Amino acid sequence: MTILGIETSCDETSAAVYKDGRLLSNATVVQLFHSQHGGVVPELASRAHLKLIIPIVDDALKDAGVEKESIDAVAAVNGPGLIGSILVGLSFGKAMAMGLEIPFIGINHMEAHIFSNLINEPKPSFPFLNLTVSGGHTQLVLVRNYFQYELLGETIDDAAGEAFDKVAKMLGIGYPGGSQIDKLAKEGNPKAIAFPRPYLAEGSHQFSFSGLKTSVLYYLRKIGFDKTSVNDSRFIADVCASFQAAVVDVLIDKLIKAAVKYKVKDISVSGGVSANSELRRRLKLEAKANNFDLFIPELSFCTDNGAMVAAAGYERLRHGFTSSLEITAEPNLQL
Amino acid sequence: MTGTYNTKSAGETISHALLFGGTLRRGDVVALYGDLGSGKTQFVKGVCLAYNITTPVTSPSFVILNRYEGRDKKNDELFVYHFDLYRVKSTAELYDLGYEELLQNNGICLIEWAEMLGGLLPERRYDVRLSLGDNENERLIEISGPDKK
Repeated sequence: MTILGIETSCDETSAAVYKDGRLLSNATVVQLFHSQHGGVVPELASRAHLKLIIPIVDDALKDAGVEKESIDAVAAVNGPGLIGSILVGLSFGKAMAMGLEIPFIGINHMEAHIFSNLINEPKPSFPFLNLTVSGGHTQLVLVRNYFQYELLGETIDDAAGEAFDKVAKMLGIGYPGGSQIDKLAKEGNPKAIAFPRPYLAEGSHQFSFSGLKTSVLYYLRKIGFDKTSVNDSRFIADVCASFQAAVVDVLIDKLIKAAVKYKVKDISVSGGVSANSELRRRLKLEAKANNFDLFIPELSFCTDNGAMVAAAGYERLRHGFTSSLEITAEPNLQL
Repeated sequence: MTGTYNTKSAGETISHALLFGGTLRRGDVVALYGDLGSGKTQFVKGVCLAYNITTPVTSPSFVILNRYEGRDKKNDELFVYHFDLYRVKSTAELYDLGYEELLQNNGICLIEWAEMLGGLLPERRYDVRLSLGDNENERLIEISGPDKK
Protein backbone atom coordinates (compact mmCIF):
# COMPACT_ATOMS: atom_id res chain seq x y z
CA MET A 1 0.00 0.00 0.00
CA THR A 2 1.53 3.32 -1.11
CA ILE A 3 0.46 6.68 0.30
CA LEU A 4 1.33 10.19 -0.83
CA GLY A 5 1.22 12.64 2.11
CA ILE A 6 0.97 16.43 1.69
CA GLU A 7 1.55 19.12 4.32
CA THR A 8 0.99 22.86 3.68
CA SER A 9 -0.63 24.07 6.92
CA CYS A 10 1.95 26.76 7.64
CA ASP A 11 5.26 27.71 6.04
CA GLU A 12 6.60 24.34 4.93
CA THR A 13 5.56 22.86 1.60
CA SER A 14 6.21 19.16 1.97
CA ALA A 15 5.27 15.84 0.36
CA ALA A 16 6.29 12.29 1.17
CA VAL A 17 5.74 8.74 0.00
CA TYR A 18 5.12 5.99 2.55
CA LYS A 19 4.83 2.38 1.48
CA ASP A 20 4.00 -0.69 3.60
CA GLY A 21 5.26 0.81 6.83
CA ARG A 22 8.37 2.35 5.32
CA LEU A 23 9.15 5.95 4.38
CA LEU A 24 10.45 6.16 0.80
CA SER A 25 10.83 9.93 0.46
CA ASN A 26 10.21 13.23 2.22
CA ALA A 27 10.66 16.43 0.18
CA THR A 28 10.34 19.73 2.05
CA VAL A 29 10.86 23.38 1.20
CA VAL A 30 10.84 25.84 4.07
CA GLN A 31 9.86 29.33 3.01
CA LEU A 32 12.89 31.05 4.45
CA PHE A 33 12.01 34.43 3.03
CA HIS A 34 9.60 34.75 5.92
CA SER A 35 12.48 35.71 8.11
CA GLN A 36 12.61 39.19 6.54
CA HIS A 37 9.15 39.81 7.91
CA GLY A 38 9.71 38.50 11.43
CA GLY A 39 7.19 35.71 11.11
CA VAL A 40 4.90 33.72 8.89
CA VAL A 41 3.03 35.87 6.40
CA PRO A 42 -0.16 34.14 5.31
CA GLU A 43 -0.60 35.54 1.83
CA LEU A 44 3.04 35.04 0.95
CA ALA A 45 2.80 31.54 2.36
CA SER A 46 -0.19 30.49 0.28
CA ARG A 47 1.28 31.97 -2.92
CA ALA A 48 4.54 30.16 -2.32
CA HIS A 49 2.68 26.91 -1.63
CA LEU A 50 0.95 27.32 -5.00
CA LYS A 51 4.28 27.65 -6.78
CA LEU A 52 5.93 24.81 -4.88
CA ILE A 53 3.26 22.16 -4.55
CA ILE A 54 3.69 20.52 -7.97
CA PRO A 55 7.53 20.43 -7.96
CA ILE A 56 7.55 19.14 -4.36
CA VAL A 57 5.08 16.33 -5.11
CA ASP A 58 7.12 15.46 -8.23
CA ASP A 59 10.30 15.37 -6.12
CA ALA A 60 8.69 13.12 -3.51
CA LEU A 61 7.53 10.67 -6.19
CA LYS A 62 10.87 10.73 -8.01
CA ASP A 63 12.92 10.28 -4.79
CA ALA A 64 10.69 7.34 -3.88
CA GLY A 65 10.97 5.81 -7.37
CA VAL A 66 7.19 5.62 -7.54
CA GLU A 67 4.91 6.44 -10.49
CA LYS A 68 1.78 8.35 -9.53
CA GLU A 69 -0.35 5.55 -11.04
CA SER A 70 0.87 3.17 -8.33
CA ILE A 71 -0.27 5.36 -5.39
CA ASP A 72 -3.15 3.84 -3.43
CA ALA A 73 -4.33 7.00 -1.65
CA VAL A 74 -3.49 10.68 -1.15
CA ALA A 75 -3.46 12.17 2.36
CA ALA A 76 -3.33 15.92 3.09
CA VAL A 77 -3.77 18.13 6.14
CA ASN A 78 -7.16 19.85 6.45
CA GLY A 79 -6.45 21.81 9.65
CA PRO A 80 -5.60 23.40 11.99
CA GLY A 81 -3.40 26.12 10.45
CA LEU A 82 -3.52 29.12 8.13
CA ILE A 83 -6.65 28.86 5.99
CA GLY A 84 -5.06 29.98 2.70
CA SER A 85 -2.10 27.67 3.17
CA ILE A 86 -4.13 24.61 4.15
CA LEU A 87 -6.37 25.09 1.11
CA VAL A 88 -3.47 24.73 -1.32
CA GLY A 89 -2.34 21.28 -0.15
CA LEU A 90 -5.87 20.09 0.58
CA SER A 91 -7.29 21.13 -2.80
CA PHE A 92 -4.29 19.73 -4.64
CA GLY A 93 -4.53 16.45 -2.75
CA LYS A 94 -8.26 16.08 -3.37
CA ALA A 95 -7.88 16.87 -7.07
CA MET A 96 -5.06 14.39 -7.45
CA ALA A 97 -7.06 11.64 -5.70
CA MET A 98 -10.07 12.43 -7.89
CA GLY A 99 -7.98 12.36 -11.07
CA LEU A 100 -6.34 9.06 -10.15
CA GLU A 101 -9.65 7.64 -8.89
CA ILE A 102 -8.14 6.64 -5.55
CA PRO A 103 -9.24 7.43 -1.97
CA PHE A 104 -8.47 10.75 -0.29
CA ILE A 105 -7.70 11.01 3.42
CA GLY A 106 -7.92 14.33 5.32
CA ILE A 107 -5.46 14.43 8.20
CA ASN A 108 -5.58 16.55 11.34
CA HIS A 109 -2.26 18.37 11.64
CA MET A 110 -2.10 17.58 15.38
CA GLU A 111 -2.61 13.87 14.69
CA ALA A 112 0.17 14.09 12.10
CA HIS A 113 2.58 15.50 14.70
CA ILE A 114 1.86 12.50 16.94
CA PHE A 115 2.68 10.28 13.94
CA SER A 116 6.11 11.89 13.59
CA ASN A 117 7.20 9.27 16.16
CA LEU A 118 5.41 6.46 14.28
CA ILE A 119 7.16 6.88 10.91
CA ASN A 120 10.16 4.63 11.53
CA GLU A 121 11.20 2.03 14.10
CA PRO A 122 11.63 2.16 17.01
CA LYS A 123 8.08 3.33 17.70
CA PRO A 124 6.37 3.93 21.05
CA SER A 125 3.88 1.26 22.17
CA PHE A 126 0.27 2.10 23.02
CA PRO A 127 -0.72 3.64 25.29
CA PHE A 128 1.84 6.46 25.22
CA LEU A 129 1.91 10.10 26.13
CA ASN A 130 2.83 12.68 23.51
CA LEU A 131 3.71 16.34 23.94
CA THR A 132 3.43 18.44 20.76
CA VAL A 133 5.20 21.79 21.08
CA SER A 134 5.42 24.18 18.14
CA GLY A 135 4.86 27.79 17.11
CA GLY A 136 1.12 27.41 17.10
CA HIS A 137 0.47 24.53 19.49
CA THR A 138 1.24 23.07 22.89
CA GLN A 139 -0.72 19.87 23.51
CA LEU A 140 -0.36 16.96 25.89
CA VAL A 141 -2.17 13.94 24.48
CA LEU A 142 -2.69 10.42 25.80
CA VAL A 143 -2.54 8.15 22.75
CA ARG A 144 -4.49 5.03 23.73
CA ASN A 145 -4.38 3.39 20.32
CA TYR A 146 -4.43 4.38 16.67
CA PHE A 147 -6.81 7.37 16.34
CA GLN A 148 -7.80 7.18 20.01
CA TYR A 149 -6.63 10.42 21.50
CA GLU A 150 -7.36 11.98 24.83
CA LEU A 151 -6.37 15.63 24.98
CA LEU A 152 -5.14 16.05 28.56
CA GLY A 153 -4.07 19.66 28.30
CA GLU A 154 -3.11 22.49 25.98
CA THR A 155 -2.08 26.10 26.20
CA ILE A 156 -4.62 28.56 27.56
CA ASP A 157 -2.90 31.51 25.86
CA ASP A 158 0.39 31.45 23.88
CA ALA A 159 2.02 28.33 22.43
CA ALA A 160 5.54 27.50 23.64
CA GLY A 161 7.09 28.25 20.24
CA GLU A 162 5.21 31.53 20.05
CA ALA A 163 6.74 32.57 23.39
CA PHE A 164 10.18 31.78 21.92
CA ASP A 165 9.43 33.90 18.83
CA LYS A 166 8.10 36.85 20.83
CA VAL A 167 10.94 36.87 23.35
CA ALA A 168 13.41 36.73 20.42
CA LYS A 169 11.62 39.74 18.95
CA MET A 170 11.89 41.66 22.26
CA LEU A 171 15.62 40.91 22.27
CA GLY A 172 15.96 41.84 18.59
CA ILE A 173 17.75 38.59 17.74
CA GLY A 174 15.83 37.60 14.62
CA TYR A 175 13.62 34.86 13.25
CA PRO A 176 13.10 31.96 13.67
CA GLY A 177 13.22 32.87 17.35
CA GLY A 178 13.35 29.29 18.60
CA SER A 179 16.64 28.35 16.97
CA GLN A 180 18.22 31.76 17.74
CA ILE A 181 17.41 31.44 21.45
CA ASP A 182 18.61 27.82 21.44
CA LYS A 183 21.94 28.91 19.94
CA LEU A 184 22.51 31.95 22.16
CA ALA A 185 21.39 30.14 25.33
CA LYS A 186 24.33 27.75 25.01
CA GLU A 187 26.61 30.65 26.03
CA GLY A 188 24.35 31.88 28.84
CA ASN A 189 23.64 31.06 32.46
CA PRO A 190 20.19 29.49 32.89
CA LYS A 191 20.13 30.59 36.56
CA ALA A 192 21.04 34.22 35.87
CA ILE A 193 17.44 35.45 36.03
CA ALA A 194 14.69 33.70 37.98
CA PHE A 195 11.80 33.89 35.51
CA PRO A 196 8.56 32.36 36.79
CA ARG A 197 7.61 28.75 35.99
CA PRO A 198 3.93 28.85 35.02
CA TYR A 199 2.71 25.53 36.44
CA LEU A 200 -0.89 26.71 37.00
CA ALA A 201 -2.97 24.68 39.49
CA GLU A 202 -1.51 21.60 41.18
CA GLY A 203 -2.01 18.62 38.88
CA SER A 204 -3.11 20.77 35.94
CA HIS A 205 -2.16 19.53 32.48
CA GLN A 206 -2.79 22.95 30.94
CA PHE A 207 -0.01 25.29 29.83
CA SER A 208 0.36 29.08 29.91
CA PHE A 209 3.29 31.00 28.45
CA SER A 210 1.80 34.49 28.16
CA GLY A 211 2.75 35.46 31.74
CA LEU A 212 6.32 34.26 31.25
CA LYS A 213 6.55 36.38 28.08
CA THR A 214 5.33 39.40 30.07
CA SER A 215 7.88 38.72 32.83
CA VAL A 216 10.68 38.83 30.27
CA LEU A 217 9.21 42.08 28.93
CA TYR A 218 9.12 43.68 32.40
CA TYR A 219 12.59 42.45 33.18
CA LEU A 220 13.97 44.05 30.00
CA ARG A 221 12.07 47.25 30.75
CA LYS A 222 13.41 47.37 34.31
CA ILE A 223 16.98 46.94 33.06
CA GLY A 224 16.42 49.61 30.40
CA PHE A 225 17.19 47.22 27.56
CA ASP A 226 17.07 48.75 24.09
CA LYS A 227 17.05 46.22 21.26
CA THR A 228 18.07 48.81 18.69
CA SER A 229 21.38 49.71 20.35
CA VAL A 230 24.55 47.65 20.54
CA ASN A 231 24.00 45.17 23.34
CA ASP A 232 26.01 43.08 25.72
CA SER A 233 25.95 39.62 24.16
CA ARG A 234 26.59 38.05 27.57
CA PHE A 235 23.40 39.67 28.89
CA ILE A 236 21.33 38.50 25.91
CA ALA A 237 22.72 34.98 26.31
CA ASP A 238 21.72 34.96 30.00
CA VAL A 239 18.17 36.11 29.19
CA CYS A 240 17.90 33.42 26.49
CA ALA A 241 19.23 30.67 28.77
CA SER A 242 17.05 31.72 31.73
CA PHE A 243 13.88 32.03 29.63
CA GLN A 244 14.55 28.72 27.89
CA ALA A 245 15.15 27.00 31.24
CA ALA A 246 11.75 28.22 32.48
CA VAL A 247 9.95 26.83 29.40
CA VAL A 248 11.83 23.52 29.48
CA ASP A 249 11.22 23.06 33.24
CA VAL A 250 7.46 23.44 32.77
CA LEU A 251 7.22 21.22 29.67
CA ILE A 252 9.19 18.41 31.28
CA ASP A 253 7.46 18.65 34.66
CA LYS A 254 4.02 18.38 33.07
CA LEU A 255 5.00 15.58 30.71
CA ILE A 256 6.59 13.45 33.44
CA LYS A 257 3.77 14.03 35.97
CA ALA A 258 1.12 13.08 33.42
CA ALA A 259 3.12 10.00 32.38
CA VAL A 260 3.25 8.85 36.02
CA LYS A 261 -0.44 9.58 36.55
CA TYR A 262 -1.57 7.70 33.44
CA LYS A 263 0.92 4.87 34.02
CA VAL A 264 2.39 4.83 30.52
CA LYS A 265 5.79 3.33 29.76
CA ASP A 266 6.55 5.33 26.64
CA ILE A 267 6.63 9.11 26.21
CA SER A 268 7.20 11.14 23.07
CA VAL A 269 7.57 14.74 21.95
CA SER A 270 6.91 16.31 18.56
CA GLY A 271 6.62 19.69 16.84
CA GLY A 272 9.16 22.38 16.00
CA VAL A 273 10.16 23.08 19.63
CA SER A 274 11.14 19.41 20.03
CA ALA A 275 14.18 20.36 17.93
CA ASN A 276 15.36 22.54 20.84
CA SER A 277 18.67 21.07 22.02
CA GLU A 278 18.19 21.88 25.71
CA LEU A 279 14.71 20.31 25.72
CA ARG A 280 16.10 17.17 24.07
CA ARG A 281 19.03 16.96 26.51
CA ARG A 282 16.86 17.41 29.61
CA LEU A 283 14.18 15.02 28.32
CA LYS A 284 16.74 12.26 27.91
CA LEU A 285 17.96 12.74 31.48
CA GLU A 286 14.47 12.92 33.00
CA ALA A 287 13.11 9.98 31.02
CA LYS A 288 16.03 7.84 32.15
CA ALA A 289 15.69 8.94 35.78
CA ASN A 290 11.98 8.04 35.73
CA ASN A 291 12.29 4.81 33.69
CA PHE A 292 10.34 5.96 30.66
CA ASP A 293 11.27 5.08 27.11
CA LEU A 294 11.59 8.38 25.28
CA PHE A 295 10.86 8.93 21.59
CA ILE A 296 12.00 12.12 19.88
CA PRO A 297 11.62 12.54 16.12
CA GLU A 298 14.69 13.08 14.01
CA LEU A 299 15.13 16.77 13.23
CA SER A 300 13.52 16.65 9.77
CA PHE A 301 10.31 15.29 11.36
CA CYS A 302 10.13 17.91 14.16
CA THR A 303 9.03 20.78 11.95
CA ASP A 304 6.07 20.32 9.61
CA ASN A 305 6.67 17.55 7.09
CA GLY A 306 4.85 15.32 4.64
CA ALA A 307 6.26 12.12 6.16
CA MET A 308 4.13 12.36 9.31
CA VAL A 309 1.04 13.04 7.17
CA ALA A 310 1.80 10.07 4.90
CA ALA A 311 2.37 7.77 7.92
CA ALA A 312 -0.95 8.88 9.46
CA GLY A 313 -2.69 8.41 6.10
CA TYR A 314 -1.19 4.94 5.76
CA GLU A 315 -2.58 3.81 9.12
CA ARG A 316 -5.96 5.43 8.43
CA LEU A 317 -6.27 3.63 5.11
CA ARG A 318 -5.12 0.35 6.63
CA HIS A 319 -7.87 0.70 9.25
CA GLY A 320 -10.46 1.50 6.59
CA PHE A 321 -10.82 5.25 7.16
CA THR A 322 -11.04 7.52 4.14
CA SER A 323 -12.53 11.01 3.69
CA SER A 324 -15.19 12.37 1.41
CA LEU A 325 -14.01 14.83 -1.26
CA GLU A 326 -16.41 17.28 0.38
CA ILE A 327 -13.96 17.70 3.27
CA THR A 328 -13.05 21.36 3.83
CA ALA A 329 -10.18 23.29 5.40
CA GLU A 330 -10.78 23.97 9.09
CA PRO A 331 -8.34 26.49 10.56
CA ASN A 332 -9.53 25.74 14.14
CA LEU A 333 -9.80 21.94 13.75
CA GLN A 334 -9.56 20.18 17.13
CA LEU A 335 -7.91 16.83 17.74
CA MET B 1 -18.41 51.28 28.97
CA THR B 2 -16.10 53.81 27.36
CA GLY B 3 -13.51 55.53 29.54
CA THR B 4 -10.22 54.82 31.22
CA TYR B 5 -9.62 52.00 33.65
CA ASN B 6 -6.70 50.83 35.76
CA THR B 7 -6.51 47.13 36.45
CA LYS B 8 -4.24 45.41 38.96
CA SER B 9 -4.21 41.88 37.57
CA ALA B 10 -4.98 39.82 34.48
CA GLY B 11 -8.16 38.76 36.30
CA GLU B 12 -9.29 42.38 36.64
CA THR B 13 -8.56 43.01 32.96
CA ILE B 14 -10.73 40.01 32.09
CA SER B 15 -13.54 41.25 34.40
CA HIS B 16 -13.57 44.69 32.76
CA ALA B 17 -13.57 43.09 29.33
CA LEU B 18 -16.50 40.87 30.36
CA LEU B 19 -18.55 43.94 31.35
CA PHE B 20 -17.56 45.68 28.11
CA GLY B 21 -18.38 42.53 26.12
CA GLY B 22 -21.89 42.56 27.55
CA THR B 23 -22.54 45.98 26.00
CA LEU B 24 -21.57 44.94 22.47
CA ARG B 25 -24.06 44.27 19.71
CA ARG B 26 -23.95 42.08 16.62
CA GLY B 27 -21.80 43.58 13.89
CA ASP B 28 -19.60 45.50 16.34
CA VAL B 29 -15.91 45.76 15.59
CA VAL B 30 -13.38 46.23 18.40
CA ALA B 31 -9.87 47.37 17.50
CA LEU B 32 -7.25 46.47 20.12
CA TYR B 33 -3.95 48.30 20.39
CA GLY B 34 -1.01 47.65 22.70
CA ASP B 35 2.49 46.24 22.86
CA LEU B 36 3.52 42.62 23.24
CA GLY B 37 2.38 41.46 26.67
CA SER B 38 -0.02 44.36 27.29
CA GLY B 39 -3.01 42.07 27.75
CA LYS B 40 -4.84 42.13 24.40
CA THR B 41 -5.52 38.38 24.40
CA GLN B 42 -6.64 38.55 28.07
CA PHE B 43 -9.10 41.29 27.08
CA VAL B 44 -10.46 39.09 24.27
CA LYS B 45 -10.86 36.23 26.78
CA GLY B 46 -13.04 38.52 28.90
CA VAL B 47 -15.24 39.61 25.99
CA CYS B 48 -15.72 35.95 25.02
CA LEU B 49 -16.92 35.16 28.55
CA ALA B 50 -19.88 37.47 27.88
CA TYR B 51 -20.99 35.10 25.10
CA ASN B 52 -20.64 31.78 26.93
CA ILE B 53 -17.75 30.66 24.75
CA THR B 54 -16.42 27.43 26.18
CA THR B 55 -13.62 26.59 23.72
CA PRO B 56 -10.20 27.88 24.80
CA VAL B 57 -9.48 31.45 23.72
CA THR B 58 -5.82 31.39 22.76
CA SER B 59 -3.47 33.71 20.94
CA PRO B 60 -4.06 33.49 17.16
CA SER B 61 -0.63 34.99 16.34
CA PHE B 62 0.14 31.80 14.43
CA VAL B 63 -3.15 31.27 12.57
CA ILE B 64 -4.07 34.99 12.29
CA LEU B 65 -7.77 34.28 12.90
CA ASN B 66 -9.71 32.22 15.44
CA ARG B 67 -13.48 31.80 15.32
CA TYR B 68 -15.40 31.02 18.50
CA GLU B 69 -18.99 29.88 18.69
CA GLY B 70 -21.02 31.55 21.41
CA ARG B 71 -24.53 32.55 22.41
CA ASP B 72 -26.08 35.99 22.70
CA LYS B 73 -28.51 37.09 25.45
CA LYS B 74 -31.42 35.48 23.61
CA ASN B 75 -29.39 32.24 23.47
CA ASP B 76 -29.04 32.56 19.69
CA GLU B 77 -25.81 31.44 18.04
CA LEU B 78 -23.20 34.17 17.68
CA PHE B 79 -19.67 33.99 16.28
CA VAL B 80 -16.78 35.93 17.70
CA TYR B 81 -13.90 36.47 15.26
CA HIS B 82 -10.54 36.96 16.94
CA PHE B 83 -7.94 38.43 14.59
CA ASP B 84 -4.27 38.83 15.43
CA LEU B 85 -2.41 40.85 12.81
CA TYR B 86 0.95 40.62 14.62
CA ARG B 87 2.65 38.78 11.76
CA VAL B 88 0.84 40.53 8.95
CA LYS B 89 2.93 43.13 7.16
CA SER B 90 0.67 44.43 4.42
CA THR B 91 -3.09 44.70 4.05
CA ALA B 92 -2.88 42.90 0.70
CA GLU B 93 -2.06 39.79 2.73
CA LEU B 94 -5.45 39.84 4.43
CA TYR B 95 -7.67 39.22 1.43
CA ASP B 96 -7.07 35.47 1.78
CA LEU B 97 -8.76 35.54 5.14
CA GLY B 98 -11.93 37.07 3.75
CA TYR B 99 -11.67 39.74 6.43
CA GLU B 100 -13.99 42.17 4.61
CA GLU B 101 -16.93 39.79 4.83
CA LEU B 102 -16.21 39.05 8.47
CA LEU B 103 -16.12 42.76 9.39
CA GLN B 104 -19.57 43.17 7.89
CA ASN B 105 -21.34 40.07 9.16
CA ASN B 106 -23.50 39.77 12.23
CA GLY B 107 -20.91 38.41 14.62
CA ILE B 108 -18.44 40.34 16.72
CA CYS B 109 -14.92 41.10 15.50
CA LEU B 110 -12.03 41.64 17.89
CA ILE B 111 -8.80 42.71 16.20
CA GLU B 112 -5.39 42.59 17.89
CA TRP B 113 -2.67 44.77 16.31
CA ALA B 114 -5.51 46.64 14.58
CA GLU B 115 -3.17 49.46 13.46
CA MET B 116 -2.19 47.06 10.66
CA LEU B 117 -5.56 47.66 8.97
CA GLY B 118 -5.19 51.46 8.98
CA GLY B 119 -7.86 53.06 6.81
CA LEU B 120 -9.47 49.67 6.17
CA LEU B 121 -10.88 49.65 9.70
CA PRO B 122 -14.58 50.54 9.69
CA GLU B 123 -15.41 54.08 10.85
CA ARG B 124 -17.86 52.82 13.40
CA ARG B 125 -15.86 50.82 15.87
CA TYR B 126 -14.59 50.65 19.42
CA ASP B 127 -10.94 51.38 20.08
CA VAL B 128 -9.36 49.67 23.07
CA ARG B 129 -5.84 50.76 24.00
CA LEU B 130 -3.89 48.73 26.53
CA SER B 131 -0.64 49.82 28.09
CA LEU B 132 1.69 48.58 30.79
CA GLY B 133 1.51 49.93 34.32
CA ASP B 134 4.47 50.39 36.65
CA ASN B 135 4.01 47.00 38.27
CA GLU B 136 4.10 43.72 36.40
CA ASN B 137 0.37 43.01 36.53
CA GLU B 138 -1.00 46.54 36.23
CA ARG B 139 -2.59 47.71 33.00
CA LEU B 140 -4.19 50.91 31.74
CA ILE B 141 -7.21 50.33 29.52
CA GLU B 142 -8.71 53.14 27.44
CA ILE B 143 -11.95 52.42 25.62
CA SER B 144 -13.48 54.82 23.10
CA GLY B 145 -16.16 54.69 20.42
CA PRO B 146 -18.19 53.67 18.66
CA ASP B 147 -19.77 56.95 17.50
CA LYS B 148 -17.33 59.70 18.43
CA LYS B 149 -14.90 59.44 15.53
